[in-house]
Amino acid sequence: MPTSAKGTGKTRKVLGALVFIFVLLGLYWGLLHAPTHPVQLDIQRIMYLHIPSILTAYLAFFIVFVGSCLYLWKGERRDDILANSAAEIGVLLTAVTIITGILWGKKTWFSPGDWWTWDARLTLTALLLLIFVGYLMLRALIEDERRGAVCGAVLGIIGFLDIPLIHMAVHWFQTLHQAPSILQTEKAPWENIPPDWLVPLSINFIAFILLFFYLLSLRLHVGEIEEEIKKLKLYGRA
Amino acid sequence: MNILRQTYWLLWKDVLLEIRRRESLLSMFFFGTILLFLFHFSFEIPRDKTAAMAPGLLWLAFIFTGTLALTQLFQDEKESQCLDALLLCPMDRGALYLAKVLFNFLIMMLVELVIFPLFGILFNLDLWNLLPSLFGVALLGTLGFCVLGTLFSALTLRARAKELLLPLILFPLMIPSILGAIRAMQIIFGAGNSEELFQWIRMLIVFDVIFMTVGFLIFEWVIEE
Repeated sequence: MPTSAKGTGKTRKVLGALVFIFVLLGLYWGLLHAPTHPVQLDIQRIMYLHIPSILTAYLAFFIVFVGSCLYLWKGERRDDILANSAAEIGVLLTAVTIITGILWGKKTWFSPGDWWTWDARLTLTALLLLIFVGYLMLRALIEDERRGAVCGAVLGIIGFLDIPLIHMAVHWFQTLHQAPSILQTEKAPWENIPPDWLVPLSINFIAFILLFFYLLSLRLHVGEIEEEIKKLKLYGRA
Repeated sequence: MNILRQTYWLLWKDVLLEIRRRESLLSMFFFGTILLFLFHFSFEIPRDKTAAMAPGLLWLAFIFTGTLALTQLFQDEKESQCLDALLLCPMDRGALYLAKVLFNFLIMMLVELVIFPLFGILFNLDLWNLLPSLFGVALLGTLGFCVLGTLFSALTLRARAKELLLPLILFPLMIPSILGAIRAMQIIFGAGNSEELFQWIRMLIVFDVIFMTVGFLIFEWVIEE
């Protein structure tokens, strides 16, 4: 193994340890230390998982966009692997967001017995999931590697550019039919949250960001190994 | 304006093929008509609800027939290796994109030109006075469908199960345009105010302009082998 690979392996281990510490701390703070919500009771603790996961998913999709642009510009395999890896993790995080959101909403603001409501934010998140599942499908169904990378990059860019438009359209559409959801838009998000909750939320957010980069580095490593295997298969052992 | 001339000749090639074979157009007409019958059997729309439901149903018909056309859009070129010849030509790749967008737009508009009155007749909906404004909205919505659809049709050209893949990646991204067109038509049918109508029309125009530009610039990478 080259020395640089050894070096990144070490960094990854340190990052993994940090993730472990922050996730444990976040879980402890969120589940045990933070005060119970006066109305929603313990179910509100889902927030500590729900909000960090969607914010991190946005970061992931932004990285898909950046990786895609870089790939089309410079044509380096590395950027394509970055975009593809970030998309996979983004899909995972969006799915976590939707599942936690449904569990949380079912106990609090959905109509009794409902499993779904066509709230703008919820609809948008579900569409985001569909777009990037489509991205992964496209990658899986194109056999030629270079071709798959180019097509993935194009879809990554278009998908990202389309998100603000979808956001606007869905928001306009939904607000005509029902009042906006629980989050108030006239205040900054942190002004709605008492400091007792903001601390565990921040810790969990840091934990998720670290977890994301840890998963990303692992996935990139897998991508590199795959590349190496392909080269070995093509040219045989050096 | 070299690129416009190239676009014109490429478009003419597709139009000529279509005039001689009438394959896409005819199959789309019949598919659209069948869809209208299916809508009737699925919903049994009451007379007072027809106007409210018409935009959604019409757009479902347009999208499905349009997808049918999109999956065939590069088929001829691919099967007879004409695509390689086109790529060897010393011309702007953007011209090929524009020609395909325009061709798809043209046949979709022709189909819609028939579906609109057919819908009015079959569902006893008095839309004759509204027809010009409905058609105007359909124009913008269809253009949006074609600019993104053509790009994705080229994108999925060499994928396995491309007929399945195309709607999968296209439909979620079409939401702003389709939503805009449906809402705008609903307002034309009398639900909502004119201020909101312009808001949706702006959305349609913005969508068309953004993705037409992106498609034009990015097509070079998409079509290159």
